[in-house]
Amino acid sequence: MSAPPSPHEGLPARQLAAKYGLSVSGARPGLGEYVRQLWGRRHFILAFSQAKLTAQYSQAKLGQLWQVVTPLLNAAVYFFIFGVILEADRGMPREVYIPFLVTGVFVFTFTQSSVMAGVRAISGNLGLVRALHFPRASLPISFSLQQLQQLLFSMVVLFAVSAGFGSYPDLSWLLIVPVLALQFLFNTGLALIMARAGSKTPDLAQLMPFVMRTWMYASGVMFSIPIMLEGKPQWVANVLQWNPAAIFMDLMRFALIDGYGSENLPDHVWAAAGGWAALFAVGGFVYFWKAEERYGRG
Amino acid sequence: MAEQQTELVPTVIADELHIVYRVNGAKTGKGSATAALSRIVKRGSDDAARGVRKVHAVRGVSFVAYRGEAIGLIGSNGSGKSTLLRAIAGLLPAEKGKVYTDGQPSLLGVNAALMNDLTGERNVILGGLAMGMSREEIKERYQDIVDFSGINEKGDFITLPMRTYSSGMAARLRFSIAAAKDHDVLMIDEALATGDRKFQKRSEERIRELRKEAGTVFLVSHNNKSIRDTCNRVLWLERGELRMDGPTEEVLKEYEKFTGK
Repeated sequence: MSAPPSPHEGLPARQLAAKYGLSVSGARPGLGEYVRQLWGRRHFILAFSQAKLTAQYSQAKLGQLWQVVTPLLNAAVYFFIFGVILEADRGMPREVYIPFLVTGVFVFTFTQSSVMAGVRAISGNLGLVRALHFPRASLPISFSLQQLQQLLFSMVVLFAVSAGFGSYPDLSWLLIVPVLALQFLFNTGLALIMARAGSKTPDLAQLMPFVMRTWMYASGVMFSIPIMLEGKPQWVANVLQWNPAAIFMDLMRFALIDGYGSENLPDHVWAAAGGWAALFAVGGFVYFWKAEERYGRG
Repeated sequence: MAEQQTELVPTVIADELHIVYRVNGAKTGKGSATAALSRIVKRGSDDAARGVRKVHAVRGVSFVAYRGEAIGLIGSNGSGKSTLLRAIAGLLPAEKGKVYTDGQPSLLGVNAALMNDLTGERNVILGGLAMGMSREEIKERYQDIVDFSGINEKGDFITLPMRTYSSGMAARLRFSIAAAKDHDVLMIDEALATGDRKFQKRSEERIRELRKEAGTVFLVSHNNKSIRDTCNRVLWLERGELRMDGPTEEVLKEYEKFTGK
């Protein structure tokens, strides 16, 4: 060994580092500092989500038109199966049921795709994580932002469907904004949790579709929970109605559809929506941050 | 070294650094479903029994790098050079030991952030943002990046998706984006030396420029000539261990003897 002569011979590394103000590379910053760094990367987060969104359909001939056509086809399929064949529209007139169903599908898809993107946010982007430095939370947040933009395209379809079935724009449509904001917070928190879990156990990507499908059928996407569960114990309906997915769907339906009044909503529904959003956004963020320095290990 | 007289200021300190990769489902033998099941059942036992293989890529490397040094990393394939770079950059968590750095070291390379389905134009912006540049900085340097890459020399290619580029063109654009930012501690992986002869010359020049601006430069290369040209100190890694650390000529002489050149 012929290391070059060092004037610091004998000084332990830690003291040498302290003497010259060096910090541990890749150490996890404090929570406040982490939020500040994340805010500094806001342009990257937005640009990355938009890039992902654009790249999705860039090889298709119809190009970005698919942003609108895909949700439209989705709605048509669900309508055909549940509206025409299974007649799940019990207790609702047709002009309520169709927007009811389409709203449910779109709102739930928003959460579902955020979760699925979240699971793969770190494990599917190891190359990026291992090459560049940025707060890792940028990735799951960026992916939920991508899903939010995707939903905004779907909303165009949704507005058309609602108007087509007699629910015209009125003041209550303004409620869509807070509903979307709260759901976005909830989804992002959930995506952060799934991102950490998925980085440790990539197998979750295989498991989650089943979990999400169960959640979808239990949340009353294509039927009204109180009507379907008539005769069952009250607590079952309560649990289903209070689950976050059902709450966000119900609020969106209440905002959009004229014939879907507040009698369909559980009590204190706004408090519940805000509570779920706050709980998951804050909890998910802290949970994700706790493992910040460990992302990127194979 | 010319600045031998001035005080040596450390910029990177590696202290008994160990890096271990864990690879899932790489158990020797059959990768059958039953094997996977038994892996889950044996959850409580150690990693090896569960089919998680550990690759000990860096084993107890210690060194101190000073401001103004250009350090070459040499060693045969798989000796842990790139892994060591990533660990210094704080991108790979250390299993044991620590790396102390002055500021945020950056790896020269943005490949992973770029998307083939987007136009060159959008990739320049995306890559710049991914490296932590601000929108204004990117706007300022946009034309330089495009000119440097030479993408538009053969027509307006920058507005086409990157998947339509030839591999050489794509590599040139990637290097141009990566090299657009100034760094305190800069690390260069050899894979960047791409493109035709003309572009290689241009990028070598750019690397020298970056070196001047950066405090400390690390260069991974299998090309002993480019190590001689740019570095004043060399770390020789073999099987994840630091085999030699010293002035370029001394280490390279031993290394060439070792590789039988």
